[in-house]
Amino acid sequence: MMNNQPIEVSDLTVVRGGTMVIPRLSLTIPGGSVTGLVGPSGCGKTTLIRCLAGIQKVRSGGVTVLGHPAGSPATRSLVAYVTQASSVYPDLTVRQNLAYFAALAGADKAAVREALDHVALTPKADELTGRLSGGQRTRVSLAAALLADPQVLLLDEPTVGLDPVLRRDLWKLFDELAADGRTLLVSSHVMDEAGRCDRVLLMREGRLIADDSPDGLRSQAGTDDLEEAFLVLAERNAA
Amino acid sequence: MRGLLATAARVLQQLTHDRRSVALIVLVPAVLMLFFRYVFDASPQVFERIGPQMLGLFPFIVMFLVTSVTMVRERTSGTLERLLTTPLRRGELIGGYALALGVAALVQALVSTAVALWGLGLEVDSPWAILLFAVVDAVLGTALGLLMSAFAATEFQAVQFMPLVVVPQILLCGLLTPRERMPDVLHALSDVLPLSYATDAFTELANANGFTSAMWIDLAVLLGCSILALCVASLTLRRRTA
Repeated sequence: MMNNQPIEVSDLTVVRGGTMVIPRLSLTIPGGSVTGLVGPSGCGKTTLIRCLAGIQKVRSGGVTVLGHPAGSPATRSLVAYVTQASSVYPDLTVRQNLAYFAALAGADKAAVREALDHVALTPKADELTGRLSGGQRTRVSLAAALLADPQVLLLDEPTVGLDPVLRRDLWKLFDELAADGRTLLVSSHVMDEAGRCDRVLLMREGRLIADDSPDGLRSQAGTDDLEEAFLVLAERNAA
Repeated sequence: MRGLLATAARVLQQLTHDRRSVALIVLVPAVLMLFFRYVFDASPQVFERIGPQMLGLFPFIVMFLVTSVTMVRERTSGTLERLLTTPLRRGELIGGYALALGVAALVQALVSTAVALWGLGLEVDSPWAILLFAVVDAVLGTALGLLMSAFAATEFQAVQFMPLVVVPQILLCGLLTPRERMPDVLHALSDVLPLSYATDAFTELANANGFTSAMWIDLAVLLGCSILALCVASLTLRRRTA
């Protein structure tokens, strides 16, 4: 993919149940990088990600992923969306879950083994997914996305409830994937994760209040602490 | 095609992890046949008439329930949403369900037919035709289950659709009383309900030699209704939701 801006959003407006969730949002997300989507719960992160995955009804505006309209058949084998709740089958073993998603993506057994390894679940491969802990289920869900070898990964709060060691390993994996030229959008409501991204989109009430590198955010707000930077930028935006 | 087969294999794997459900699906119809046989011990002609029809009814009811609950689970757990972001086509998903539950119905029908023919002395000319219609009835149940699951927000609601969708068909299909003896309005109503054709086919099976032209018509109607319901069901799988 020789596209420098794999994701382009222009004038996107989403209304859900009569409430304006995203009012006229425009942004681009560069390839070969990890972009963080950070903001409080209910600010529209998941809705924006659903728009990029092509499963959200939108009022108006355009979303282009890898040069095609989001959700069009051409993008479906190139984009992987990992929902916040682990969307895998609890009544299948980990390996059976991955084998099914591998079959849908046209991936082979080696891809299943590799994905298991990436999320450190090889020892649990033959256990029922429903018997695993919440964090382990999240990793199964993530592995199911990885084995499709997608160009664009949309990850909705993938590190919630994971222990610090695993969280560090996953961020390392995200960096490796980006270094291979893939595009990652990772949402989080914790500011300290923003520091690990190449770029951060700060979102509040459906609007972008900042779009910068972590260092850029710090200097914009005049503070070294990202948590504080968010507060400063949010207040400045409201004023 | 790859997506269809993978989905069918996945649905069967899910079933095999639920041993109790497998046991219920495979054994309950056979046990109920046994009951019917001896409830009507004093009037064997009743069992001779209703017995074959029951063989077609079980796969319809059981697969309707299994499918609608599984599909509601798929809708509420987020897996359906995820599947719709993959290259899997909606028709492959629906077809995969129909195939998997058709296979389950075949196993069920093998056991219940074997018990009825060799254990309970039911006489039927072409046992293979029983298996054929049992599988088609199961696919019909699956198709209606998939369709109705679109209107159920919870598994509890899905189960409540059984009295609405299945029970009227049982009342009108000719199982309790031959359809010709029903009041005109009910007879006309029974003409447009697919289960009537399943029951007709099993009645024919019990009485006729070989595969009659009436049975071909029943088969065509059942397949037509199943395909129609499967098509409408796949339209209810909306890729974009609010």
